[in-house]
Amino acid sequence: MSPRLRGILFRIAQAIPVVIGVVIIGFVLTRALPGDPAVYFAGAAADATSIAEIRKTLGLDLPLPQQFLIYVGDLLRGDFGQSISTGQPVIADLASRLPASLELTLVALLLSCAIAIPLGVMAATRPGSLIDHACRVLVTAGVSLPTFFTGVVLIYIFYYLLGIAPSPLGRLDFIYIEPDRITGFYLIDSALAGDGETFLAALRQLVLPAITLALFTLAPIARMTRAAMLGALSADFVRTARAAGLTGRTVRYTYAFRNALLPVVTTLGMVFSFTLGANVLVEKVFAWPGIGSYAVEALVVSDYAAVQGFVLAMAFLFVALNLLIDVTYTLIDPRIGFEAS
Amino acid sequence: MTLTRRELLKIGGGGVLGAGILPFLRVLPAAAATDDVIVGVHGQTINSLDIHRTGTNRPSYQVAVNCYDRLVSFGTMTTPDGGLSYDYSKIEPELAESWTISDDGLTMTFKLNPKAIFQDGSKVTAADVKWSFDRAVSAGGFPTVQMKAGGLVRPDQFTAVDDETFVITLDRSSKLTLPDLAVPVPYILNSRIAMANATAEDPWAMEYVHKNTIGSGAYKVVRWDPGQQLVYERNDAWTGGPLPGIKRLVLREVPSQATRRALITRGDAQLSFNIPNKDAKELSGDVKVFSTPIENSIYVVGVNHKFEPFQDPDVRKALAYAIPYEEIFQAAAYGRGNPMWGGSADIDSIDWPRKSPYSTNMDKAREHLEKSAFAKGFEVPFSISLSQTDWMEPTALLIQESLAKLGIKSEIDKIPGANWRTASLVEKRLPLHLEGFGGWLNYPCYYFFWAYKDGHLFNSSNYRNEEIETLVDETLHLAVDHPDYAPKVKRMFEIAFEDLPRIPLWQPALNVATNGATGYEYWFHRQLDARKLAKG
Amino acid sequence: MSATTESSGTFSHIGYVLRGNPVTLLSFVMFAILIIAAVLGPLLVPYDPLASEAANALQPPSWEHWFGTDNLGRDVFSRVVTATRLDLMISISAVTLSLMAGSILGAVAGYWGGWLDAVLNRVMDTIMAFPLFVLAMGIVAALGNTVENIVYATAVINTPFYARLVRAEVNIRREAGFVHAAKLAGNSDIRVLAMHIFPNALPPMMVQMSLNLGWAILNAAGLSFIGLGVRPPTAEWGIMVAEGANFIVSGEWWLAVFPGLALMFAVFTFNLMGDGLRDIVDPRQRT
Repeated sequence: MSPRLRGILFRIAQAIPVVIGVVIIGFVLTRALPGDPAVYFAGAAADATSIAEIRKTLGLDLPLPQQFLIYVGDLLRGDFGQSISTGQPVIADLASRLPASLELTLVALLLSCAIAIPLGVMAATRPGSLIDHACRVLVTAGVSLPTFFTGVVLIYIFYYLLGIAPSPLGRLDFIYIEPDRITGFYLIDSALAGDGETFLAALRQLVLPAITLALFTLAPIARMTRAAMLGALSADFVRTARAAGLTGRTVRYTYAFRNALLPVVTTLGMVFSFTLGANVLVEKVFAWPGIGSYAVEALVVSDYAAVQGFVLAMAFLFVALNLLIDVTYTLIDPRIGFEAS
Repeated sequence: MTLTRRELLKIGGGGVLGAGILPFLRVLPAAAATDDVIVGVHGQTINSLDIHRTGTNRPSYQVAVNCYDRLVSFGTMTTPDGGLSYDYSKIEPELAESWTISDDGLTMTFKLNPKAIFQDGSKVTAADVKWSFDRAVSAGGFPTVQMKAGGLVRPDQFTAVDDETFVITLDRSSKLTLPDLAVPVPYILNSRIAMANATAEDPWAMEYVHKNTIGSGAYKVVRWDPGQQLVYERNDAWTGGPLPGIKRLVLREVPSQATRRALITRGDAQLSFNIPNKDAKELSGDVKVFSTPIENSIYVVGVNHKFEPFQDPDVRKALAYAIPYEEIFQAAAYGRGNPMWGGSADIDSIDWPRKSPYSTNMDKAREHLEKSAFAKGFEVPFSISLSQTDWMEPTALLIQESLAKLGIKSEIDKIPGANWRTASLVEKRLPLHLEGFGGWLNYPCYYFFWAYKDGHLFNSSNYRNEEIETLVDETLHLAVDHPDYAPKVKRMFEIAFEDLPRIPLWQPALNVATNGATGYEYWFHRQLDARKLAKG
Repeated sequence: MSATTESSGTFSHIGYVLRGNPVTLLSFVMFAILIIAAVLGPLLVPYDPLASEAANALQPPSWEHWFGTDNLGRDVFSRVVTATRLDLMISISAVTLSLMAGSILGAVAGYWGGWLDAVLNRVMDTIMAFPLFVLAMGIVAALGNTVENIVYATAVINTPFYARLVRAEVNIRREAGFVHAAKLAGNSDIRVLAMHIFPNALPPMMVQMSLNLGWAILNAAGLSFIGLGVRPPTAEWGIMVAEGANFIVSGEWWLAVFPGLALMFAVFTFNLMGDGLRDIVDPRQRT
């Protein structure tokens, strides 16, 4: 076995305790929530006997450790349980909602990168200049606004007052039928189906929420780009390149920028998982049928299975993403290995 | 329940669907909703298509109304503001063509409409009715409790005599039975399809009916994305009443109320169900707003008799005099609904809800508090529900401020939705709280049965009064025109206002805005009945 | 090591950075304004922030009510100013708590290493693997929505960042020459850790702290938006924005915009300060 493969396997092994930890904390957290799902589940006007019956069918009359074992057993069989609030299996809910959140988050990040990276590079090439300060103030202002507030203001201006934006009704205006499900990403699915009309419609729905989220993520990306560029520009190899007579532009983009990308990618990974968890509020404002709004609703009504399912899905994503970044790192930069100690 | 694009196009190609629904039309959303499609928005989630299922939430009840028929229904009347409302005084045929009730009131015989068919084309038979009623009384939880209110408890009470004759045998005659057959719960399912999808563990086909509508009603659900939308499509073979004026109703779930307001004002939605009082006040004029006071419903301050200071009648009266009713009605209800304070002390009618004899009077409040053992005031948590903050928060804040003037310190405690029912109704452990019960069956005795009888669900104040217990038992099944009824009910009102376990604030209104839709009808179940909707 | 020259050097360096960076200077001025509002605000405001006046509800900004009145007729200006103290208190105590917890955990893990380090790392990974906002929501929902619980929840989700930072700093330095020297001079492990190694981790922590202060305020605001925030009628920016957001479409923009601007001002200040502090403490980025 090559050391690199061993490194990767070791890295995967490291992720296992995290997943176990998430399962345990998720279980404890949901049981600590106030409220009695049996009462909620029994519905209006239920009497004590029917509540007790339901408690029994839900398995909530058992001692907690036993409930936990049952839960883990179900998980191992791939059964995430049934959500009370939507009445669907949690796994089906997650499968239909996760792509919505991912699509929104990815588009927002793309948009954010398209603005933040050039800004960061510009700021780094002229540190201390007016551009540098302006860029700093701009991105900081973006991260200083609560996302739900930005969202409502954008809806008010662009939809309500100006009428430019489409109605904030989720992923697709009702006159369009969602594209055949291949990936669950409407943009990709409609493009694959060659349906330009639906593609544009889905894109238009994405604009406002994506801007809202992008504003919020400009700052970390721009800052990291600036810092990494500054670092790279002052590094020895750039000085050498300059001394060798290469022009400013070539040095900046070919040498410095490429080297600055690595820390930016790491930041992106962090920002991505953070944003995916934090777009809860944006989803609520834009009626976005994503995983975040699902979790909030579930949490408020003590929907155990749904909260646990959400937490687990997010944790898996987080772990997988970090693994991916780490592995990509070793592939890009052979100097970085895993300490298999 | 999914409708693929291909299936949809196929239907569209058959000429059944309006062109507006087709995906490739380049049109503005408002114009796109053509003559036969209405877009409605609401803020809640529909979590099941089956009202009998345990865990089905209130917004889902509308599926039972729109996609299924019952034996009977209520009539329709016009409200003073020009809108439509159901008429509690009239019971009309739905699936039953006619019915007779024996002289002792114990046997009800229903003749089914011979032309009635289910949405799969098969005939509605008395066996289907029997199966559906058996299901409702056996499912447990809410449907069973609601059936019990009408004296429908066991399967052996229901007999299918022949295909078109259905008989109910009652243990005792009650005025509640017939109206209880017109509530959403006793709906008629296609028992053949249901049984084909039943299993040994699931004899009532709960899983199947949860996701499929198998009724004979005005609509069928062609698409249901929980948490996103529900699409109704008209059943052109409906026999229960005149056909709806629209082909489809697309009901979108939009959690943000600001977004819903924007949508209805701009006309991108033609109907917004259950809008906040503030919007109702401000939007009327721009769009059509229907504010119907909810029958048999009162928003009250619950004063829990289990807790020390509130065991003292003078403390309760001090509270009732200290509430700034008018300010609350303006700030929390924006003047929608009916005031429930400042009525006459003399109880002259059995109309309910009725104004309490109390009104804001700080001097009287102080007088009463000084007479009590808590002259110096006390501290008490004031609980409100997180999911009803729209009216509860301003109300609680104004009461809190007013009570502080008497030396009664209260801290406002917002309780999350899941815990609210447990804390307020099941465990009944909130000393001071807000509550908003409304009875489906429009009789004062029915309200008292749920809200004033000891141990009953909506009696969140742990109130017990022996006389009320007897009076409710005596009046609940008694006919309203019986000579004993009125005096007994008036006596109940008297005791309730004297003992004050619930201090009435106002009768809430259900607000619905339409912008390009007509035919909205108010119903006691407070859910959207789409059967009379049309564009316009 | 002479303390006086060291600190005067630091001061002159700060002065140098501030002169060269007007934005950082601005952020310090803004911070001073915040502190003044927090300390003196309740004394200066024209109205009682809790007193309702239902007859005067939803009035637009005017001379009597600079920021207008809310749905219960309370003065929005008074509420915005009074809220400063509570908001700063929430964020500062949350960040302080996580700083302390993170420092102790990180220092212990970084210095002694071994299984302790491994366990701690996995625990921190687990917390980070949680969607942080939902974790905070869960904690507040489970413990009840009081100011203390919002502080605890915010502290918990911030702790891993500090723990990692301190661990890394300590880990690098535990084999350094000055540490060996200190040990040889007879200092105990804890003393070496606390007096010699830990101070080195402080500068980057200051940066992290300043950024986190802003984040903590936003976090509390988000919790309020869900309904899990501070109890009414207490004035708090997040809850005011959250409740006011519903009024924007009906034209009563002042309910959300003014507390929103205050919130933005505070978060903006902390973020700019964090950036400025980074310039001061991180020589590599000194311009």
